[in-house]
Amino acid sequence: MRALLVERLPHRFAAARVAAVVAGSGSGIGIGPLRLGEIEPPELPGPRWHRVTPLLSGICGSDLATLDAKSSRYFEDIVTFPFVPGHEIVGVVRDGPQADRRVVVEPVLSCTVRGIEPPCPSCADGRTGVCERIAFGDIRPGLQTGYCADTGGGWSDELVAHEAQLHLVPDEMSDEAAVMVEPAACATHAALAGQVVPGERVVVLGSGTLGLCTIAALRRHALPSALLVVAKYRVQRHFAAELGADDVVAPSELGRGVRRMTGTLALASASGAIERLAGGADVVYDCVGSARSISEALAVVRPGGRIVLVGMPGVVRVDLAPLWQREVALVGAYAYGTESVPEGSRRTFALAFELVEAAGLERLVSAHYPLDRYEEAVRHAADAGRRGSVKVVFDLRRDDPAWRRAAAPAARKRRRPRDDKELETSA
Amino acid sequence: MSPRPGFVLEVDRSTPPTLFWHGEGFRFERLPEGSRVVYPPEPLPGLTDADAAVRHALEHPVGDSAPLSALLKPGMRLTIAFDDVSLPLPPMRRPDMRQRVIEAVLDAAAAAGVDDVVLIAALALHRRMTDDELRHALGDRVFDAFAPHGLLVQHDAEDPAALVHLGLTEEGEDVEINRRAAESDLLVYVNINLSAMDGGHKSVATGLASYRSLKHHHNVRTLQHSRSLMDRHHSELHTSNWRMGRLLRNAGVKIFQIETTLNLDMFPSQFAFLQKREWEWSLADRAGFHSTRLALERTPPRLARQIFQSMRSPYAPTSVQAGEVEAVHDVTLENLFRQQLVPVEGQTDILTMGLPYLCPYNVNSVMNPILVACLGLGYFFNLYRGRPLVREGGVCIISHPTPWAFNPVHHPSYIDFFEQVLAETTDLVEIEKRYEQQFATDPWYIHLYRTSYAYHGVHPLYMWYWCAHALDYLGGVIIVGGDRAAVRRMGFKPASTLADALEMAEDVVGRSPSITHLHAPPLLVADVS
Repeated sequence: MRALLVERLPHRFAAARVAAVVAGSGSGIGIGPLRLGEIEPPELPGPRWHRVTPLLSGICGSDLATLDAKSSRYFEDIVTFPFVPGHEIVGVVRDGPQADRRVVVEPVLSCTVRGIEPPCPSCADGRTGVCERIAFGDIRPGLQTGYCADTGGGWSDELVAHEAQLHLVPDEMSDEAAVMVEPAACATHAALAGQVVPGERVVVLGSGTLGLCTIAALRRHALPSALLVVAKYRVQRHFAAELGADDVVAPSELGRGVRRMTGTLALASASGAIERLAGGADVVYDCVGSARSISEALAVVRPGGRIVLVGMPGVVRVDLAPLWQREVALVGAYAYGTESVPEGSRRTFALAFELVEAAGLERLVSAHYPLDRYEEAVRHAADAGRRGSVKVVFDLRRDDPAWRRAAAPAARKRRRPRDDKELETSA
Repeated sequence: MSPRPGFVLEVDRSTPPTLFWHGEGFRFERLPEGSRVVYPPEPLPGLTDADAAVRHALEHPVGDSAPLSALLKPGMRLTIAFDDVSLPLPPMRRPDMRQRVIEAVLDAAAAAGVDDVVLIAALALHRRMTDDELRHALGDRVFDAFAPHGLLVQHDAEDPAALVHLGLTEEGEDVEINRRAAESDLLVYVNINLSAMDGGHKSVATGLASYRSLKHHHNVRTLQHSRSLMDRHHSELHTSNWRMGRLLRNAGVKIFQIETTLNLDMFPSQFAFLQKREWEWSLADRAGFHSTRLALERTPPRLARQIFQSMRSPYAPTSVQAGEVEAVHDVTLENLFRQQLVPVEGQTDILTMGLPYLCPYNVNSVMNPILVACLGLGYFFNLYRGRPLVREGGVCIISHPTPWAFNPVHHPSYIDFFEQVLAETTDLVEIEKRYEQQFATDPWYIHLYRTSYAYHGVHPLYMWYWCAHALDYLGGVIIVGGDRAAVRRMGFKPASTLADALEMAEDVVGRSPSITHLHAPPLLVADVS
């Protein structure tokens, strides 16, 4: 089968990193660790596993960090090479009772997936995203599908998934909407992790896919009195406002915007530029995860406020003096599991399906690429905002007759790309 | 030869191109044949002995007032308030008229044995003046005698302890002014009356007031019904100020008003061409204009701004009158109109104007887009008596670069107003309803107003309200040569050239429109019949 494969090739990782540093994210794709090849489909690890043929698979910020070799070495022990990336997946089940049904894959490889009994305390508590056994059990280490050699990933013609990972896609839901469920689940989990109290003032830093989904999730699950969003590009500003931001500012206007929103005092330079806020936002969602964004979050959060790290950080150099002096809480928000919402305890993915529908998140899917044009796809994803795009996906539907049968109701509702040229019309 | 009055030129084939101010530069535009150009009068001769005229005015007051010397007693509390940096424009060469008048008042006070004297810059909600600006306005002698001892202060409209509420007018308007001024035995107010809008009861009722008081006349409704701001008898803003002034008088605030008028000699000799009509330019004028324009085209905007901002005007005083507020102001208006009034027959479909680099609120600063709107639609549009120069539903075409630029020290709340509020709505009533309280009470803006050199938080909203009459009345506003995004942000239309703007205006006013150009500054008031 065809698959994009990441291999443990240190020299290629080094080359990709140099290229990314020198010429920007995605520019090392041709010399980095990713290659397109023909490989054997993954073995089914056990009886409750099924084969899945991807239809669409998104390119995520964490994928780009991996391909740019910018990911933290922290992940080295919880991935296995060679792996097929792609954890935002809508596909068709090829066997078992759900054969030919469309599913979204929940990529976390938790205790249940790994056949571990009894489950770890985190999984027992429903917090599968922070499973303590991700390097153990029936399959080799891997924090998610898309980072584990035994499962395969979405950037291929086939992967395997445990039945606990499969979420049926309603017939009326398009593939584009379904592929947004996984990032919407991340955003839902993050929005709830911030524990925003009604009336609090909230900032979202970054308006890529995750930032935009977080805005939508905050509007659905929290009641901030004001929501200010930092967006760099026109398309991001447009969607941020559409999804519920009260105020959308450019990165350079963050301090002034938060000051305006909160009415706090500020310290300004002799030239009048705002250098530090006396108060600030109650909660800041950092959907970027860079040293700069974390520093900015610290600069605009109020004393006693909370910063939720949504974007994947790496090794960063940040002055934590304000965190200490202003008693700021820094909270991580990774993946998903079970959430406590007013109606009770619910799976994050169930909430995410609802969010995608309610907020119309399928509109964030901007460009489709066939697998063999992966270099263009990755470059496009790395430069999405500037090119007027948000979510770039691999489209694997063209040669799959099963998809035609399974997705017929949804397929009739939308126009299906016919060739490569057409696939890229929205790119 | 006596100075010539204002003049309305009808453009014909032989008319040379017309000079348009364009911020820190100029445009030379050829207006269509049949257009009219309204030129200001030539400067009246100044008083031959300004100091003697001041002394004479103090001792020969108008209205129901004793001479100043008779009002001054040993042991009394005397407060002298004076107009701030917003007047005159451009700043006048030394000695400033405030210096001449205040020195004379202080001489009289000293002669009478008055030793409790405080000087107050009547800022209202404007920014505080710098020491250099105060020194320029008052002169070294006054500044050095008062400032080091804390006796030269700047009105603080946000200091509750320094304000006193004197009651409500019959219309329910709060009258709250500077406590020291209100509780003095005598308040002397020193005006420079460059326009008919200033002076009278507006001096104290606005210049020394708090937001609580100012909001009663600095609001959308009042400014929509101020037609025009140069005609106090048809201006709701002035009517409100007059009510407040009379309440002050009834509350026992004793005011000795001094008003001074200046001629229209606004520009120094190197810019003499700005004072003349284009077809009368001498060879030297033409050379001066072209060399200036070429030099400005090659000068970075910031440097050009510094050059213009350093300009000092050779204004000469044309009158000084003192005494009871209303009587003084009546004389002032006579003198002002004697200099500035230009009879104009009939209105026009399209009014064009070139805006200069300076308005009352950007002395030593950049003229941001809100101030461009305010100067064009709040001030220049209102330079009329009787009827506006442009007909109802007509179009105003403004020439100005309108940069998306702000001075964050002087105008911090302007940035937020422009970036947050105008991005959402330009509707005056909605802005007033949704945002005025937020901007007026924001503690950071208040802090900067009180301790730095920032205009009050609510000031940009007031500048937007200042356009109320024009926005209510006009069919469209087009800005030529402006930053397109900034122009659009304000709800106006950008045009690259005057020809484009005229063509766009025809979509609103119809084919073959009448066009009138307001050739100012120097300032004029069109008396439209």
